[in-house]
Amino acid sequence: EIHIKEPTEKEVNPHLLPGELLLCEANMVYKYVQEDGSNRGTYGKLVCTNFKIAFLDDDSASDDNEPQFKNKIIGENDITLQCVDQIYGVYDEKKKLLTGQLRKYPEKLIIYCKDLRVFHFCLRYTKEEEVKRIVSGIIHHSQTPKLLKRLFLFSYASAAPNNTEGRNQTVMFDTLEAWRDELERTKGNVKYKAVTTNECYRVSEKLPLYFVVPICVSEESVLKYEGRGIPIWCWSCHNGAALLKMSAFPKEQDDSTSQTQKAFLDGIYKTISKAPYELLKTDDLSSSLPSLQDIQTAYTRFKQLFLIDNSTDFWATDVKWFSLLESTNWLEIIRRVLKKAIEVAECLERHHTNVLLIEESATDLCCVISTLVQVMMDSYSRTKSGFQSLIQKEWVIGGHPFLDRCNHLHKSDKEEAPVFLLLLNCVWQLVQQYPPAFEFTETYLTVLSDSLYVPIFSTFFFNSQHQKDTNTSGESLKTQSGPFRFLTVWDWSVQFDPKAQAFLNNPLYAEKPKPDKSQRKTTRFKHQRQLSLPLTATKSTTKRGFFREETDHFIKNILGKRISKFINSSDEPPNSFREFYDSWHSKPVDYHGLLLPRIDGPEIRVWAQRYLRWIPEAQLHGGGTIATAAKILDLMEEVQSLQVKMDEEHSQAISGDVRSVPLLRNSARLSSLFPFALLQRQSIKPALPTSTWKDLEDEDDLVKRDDEFVDLTGDMP
Amino acid sequence: MASSSTPKYNSNSLESSSSKRTLKDGTNWEQNEEIPRLPGETRVTDKDVIYMCPFNGPVKGRVYITNYRLYLRSVENLFFAFANEEKFSENGWMVYNPMSEYRRQGLPNERWRVTFINEHYGLCDTYPSLLVVPYNATDDDLKKVAAFRSRNRIPVLSWIHPETQAVIMRCSQPLVGMSGKRNKDDERYLDIIREANGQISKLTIYDARPNVNAVANKATGGGYEGEDAYPNAELFFLDIHNIHVMRESLKKLKDIVYPNVEESHWLSSLESTHWLEHIKLVLTGAIQVADKVSSGRSSVLVHCSDGWDRTAQLTSLAMLMLDSYYRTIEGFEVLVQKEWISFGHKFASRIGHGDKNHADADRSPIFLQFIDCVWQMSKQFPTAFEFNEQFLITILDHLYSCRFGTFLYNSESLREKEKVTEKTLSLWSLVNSEKSKYTNPFYTKELNRALYPVASMRHLELWVNYYIRWNPRIRQQQPNPVEQRYMELLALRDDYMRRLEELQITNNSKISNSSASSASPSQMMSQVQTHF
Repeated sequence: EIHIKEPTEKEVNPHLLPGELLLCEANMVYKYVQEDGSNRGTYGKLVCTNFKIAFLDDDSASDDNEPQFKNKIIGENDITLQCVDQIYGVYDEKKKLLTGQLRKYPEKLIIYCKDLRVFHFCLRYTKEEEVKRIVSGIIHHSQTPKLLKRLFLFSYASAAPNNTEGRNQTVMFDTLEAWRDELERTKGNVKYKAVTTNECYRVSEKLPLYFVVPICVSEESVLKYEGRGIPIWCWSCHNGAALLKMSAFPKEQDDSTSQTQKAFLDGIYKTISKAPYELLKTDDLSSSLPSLQDIQTAYTRFKQLFLIDNSTDFWATDVKWFSLLESTNWLEIIRRVLKKAIEVAECLERHHTNVLLIEESATDLCCVISTLVQVMMDSYSRTKSGFQSLIQKEWVIGGHPFLDRCNHLHKSDKEEAPVFLLLLNCVWQLVQQYPPAFEFTETYLTVLSDSLYVPIFSTFFFNSQHQKDTNTSGESLKTQSGPFRFLTVWDWSVQFDPKAQAFLNNPLYAEKPKPDKSQRKTTRFKHQRQLSLPLTATKSTTKRGFFREETDHFIKNILGKRISKFINSSDEPPNSFREFYDSWHSKPVDYHGLLLPRIDGPEIRVWAQRYLRWIPEAQLHGGGTIATAAKILDLMEEVQSLQVKMDEEHSQAISGDVRSVPLLRNSARLSSLFPFALLQRQSIKPALPTSTWKDLEDEDDLVKRDDEFVDLTGDMP
Repeated sequence: MASSSTPKYNSNSLESSSSKRTLKDGTNWEQNEEIPRLPGETRVTDKDVIYMCPFNGPVKGRVYITNYRLYLRSVENLFFAFANEEKFSENGWMVYNPMSEYRRQGLPNERWRVTFINEHYGLCDTYPSLLVVPYNATDDDLKKVAAFRSRNRIPVLSWIHPETQAVIMRCSQPLVGMSGKRNKDDERYLDIIREANGQISKLTIYDARPNVNAVANKATGGGYEGEDAYPNAELFFLDIHNIHVMRESLKKLKDIVYPNVEESHWLSSLESTHWLEHIKLVLTGAIQVADKVSSGRSSVLVHCSDGWDRTAQLTSLAMLMLDSYYRTIEGFEVLVQKEWISFGHKFASRIGHGDKNHADADRSPIFLQFIDCVWQMSKQFPTAFEFNEQFLITILDHLYSCRFGTFLYNSESLREKEKVTEKTLSLWSLVNSEKSKYTNPFYTKELNRALYPVASMRHLELWVNYYIRWNPRIRQQQPNPVEQRYMELLALRDDYMRRLEELQITNNSKISNSSASSASPSQMMSQVQTHF
């Protein structure tokens, strides 16, 4: 029934990283090929280390078709412990979720991964005690709570030789200098200052060492409530309007406390709404956006649609695909988040109003919105180093609790929420809507999302800068191996060789023409125009907006109130958003200017590369966007080789030995799953739906009719 | 969405780029229409009317009222196509020649012959005059088979696989009726077809309809090939719904995209139209047909009720999957001419050209659905088709426009009677005169490669650029930036190749002097930044 490749007794050893320890292993494990209902697969050894679960194929050594896109750290059959989502055991054809202690061991193990791979391992041919050891080992190491210091991050950092952080262009935002440079870059330094108040974490352990506040805010107020109620600067728009965030006061039971807090806040608002500061709008994201719980619930449902066990499963969910998608609410959340970002951009760009985002800790939805707004408004954020710096600024240093949100330590399910993934999903919408505007590709975003689960980089494995700092120095007395030197995920050479890194760079990126140095000063004004070009082109709109703003300004000054709220603000006509959105979309896109996502129903899409990449049924042989991308890459290679040849001709190099144009990348047809899944289906049998919808209850009478009603019985000769 | 059109209204083209020219044509047309007048005679008004002539019956025309008289000017040739005086460098009517198309397929051969039995449409008035049938079936046999097939649409060859010699045949349903009639000639004929490629296995019959409908058809004299009568055939139902269901589905689709795009529940609204579900079923059916012929090495027979709607969809899509020739611009034109126009898809009835009865039950977007399927395929395989999206949109625009004769009338015999090829222009004249506009720059020629789309809702999508193209909110970036970038690179490459050639020539002739002829390459280097 099964065509079994005879298991060889050849010893295969896992490739271990520095600091990686083999914990348990089992031989004669049978891994199914996911593609069809057949029981095809391979025998091998299943191992569990302090870093990963790995399946070692008996004949993996003879694998000579090296994939073009290979991760150096995680192989095709490797699952890092943090990447394991859920583990199921199969007992008598029944699936059961495996968590803690087991009394009975399953015949089959199904591992669902956070990057949406699904592994099926058959343990029927494995020795009983090995089954026990491997199953309980895998569950213990991947599913039970652990201490921070037990993360592989630390063993790796202490064992790996000379892990000097590779210098790249990414700004890490861990120095005062970096903040000052950012202020200068965005011309925010007139009204905002970088402060050192939090050195030694005097203010708060949640805040970064250095951050930026309005110049008028005193050190005293910053210290007063551990930084709560203090507007923290994110970014300044070319017109001077700034994006700020603030961590709100928790709801107080005590009346007098809340009274003093309110008074404090009013004072702060008053200070920062006075000239020279712009009008201020506040937006409490915890009431205007879905909660973290909503996001978590939606994503949990959503990802389930892509964790496909087999072909039957695939086609069964295909029938009601759209309503299933909708019922997860994930795409709707993406739409709402994008819409919010557009609203904020409108305030900054069009109304020259400061926007203050408020959230309890200002480290979740604040990060999402502020990042999106900058990606949309600041073309530097659409370059690779700009985007990476932005993630450093808003998320890593900004204090997004990655450790809790990803639940890396399995401490509490309640804290888990895919907030960063939500951001990447939103950015992906922009990337696919405006391909020439981004220096990076969707593949970049996909591997970035995968990197969330690779514990050799410190980037996504701490809750705050404080946590990282205190754990880096390591109480050197107890552990001999501090201070640790962690790797940053931005050093892509750790995971990919240069050839693979090419897939992260967008060949369609329309680079910004660099202005001459001599002209830079004079072109500053022009530069601003360019940024706002799509909006100010219609005179009437600008005028109207200007006029209204002036009156608003006036009224607010009289009332001594220059603060308004997003929600239910009566001075904002409800269709203002639409007007802004439509007027922008009616003009040609400037890829280096403001970029607004399209958010109408059909425009919000499923990130197919990330979510469908492991599903063989969804594979298009020789199709998908990769087909065109490969052609562009080939052509670019050709153009470059021509350039080289022309250079040679110019320098009068030995002209007799003219190399021919390198053969185009052998157009071995790539599948749409490229560069991820390496499933090479032997047959090119088309995938056929096994279940289709047939009933059209409500149209019964139509269904029964014939195309044209003609009684053929009369036609007979 | 089907629009009825009279010459007056469609003279301004749907195609934006040429609108200026046609607008001018429009004014010319107006001037030509002016009636001869006496000195001092002025026109008061005019109106489109139908004159009930007591002798000749109704005559469509326009009545002009002047201060002197009533003047009726008849506009008998209903369609603008007959008045169109555009000039094109290519003659689209030359694109399709059935004989050369069959020759391209290697026909006739020792097993398949060309018959002229239908030369004057005597056998079947909705079939073309030239047919390919099994060598071993005589014209007499064909006549007998015709008696047993709805509207005499006998099984004839559409396509032959160059290697397996398995064929795709098309026809209409057999006239089985309630009593379960049999016809020895038909049974023998199907066996001849089965044997023609030397296969031992059964002949596969794909009935496009849902099972229940096929059964229900018996009541009106139709039906399907029963097991008893055709022991050497295997019958599958493909569950594709009838023209009325498709019409309703499109109507619902229109409701969710016009005038506003349904926002809050876009996905479930889209699902409730069933439009993509129908597309999925049609594609699934075509994949099955193609796979049977290709890897199953078995000949197939495709029919629905009359064999001019669902049958045309299935055969043409299967051919598109199997034969890369049909994925070129010219090949696709041939495919449409052959499987749709010549084999009597009832364009006039389905679209309702010049007919104001929009509610007619004969209307149905069958051809649109086919083009949508083609678009889905081109979306899944962006390098496999020589034509681009604009080509498909242009075809659909002129499906309704009546600017060309291509889609007028229901059958070849009627078109011949109306002298369409003499009196009108072909749509392919327009396309082929401006081919670059309709060419996909990413096209990579691949011979003999079967192309199977994935008929999964995860890949099917609403053709926004067609169905919602007039909505300013949904506007797509034109031109497509990916395509544009590729074109730029192509131009750059050609430029470099030319310069390089020049350089090599100068370098070879001049030995000492350095070149000052062209811009330095380092200067050009800045244009192509390394993205590696």
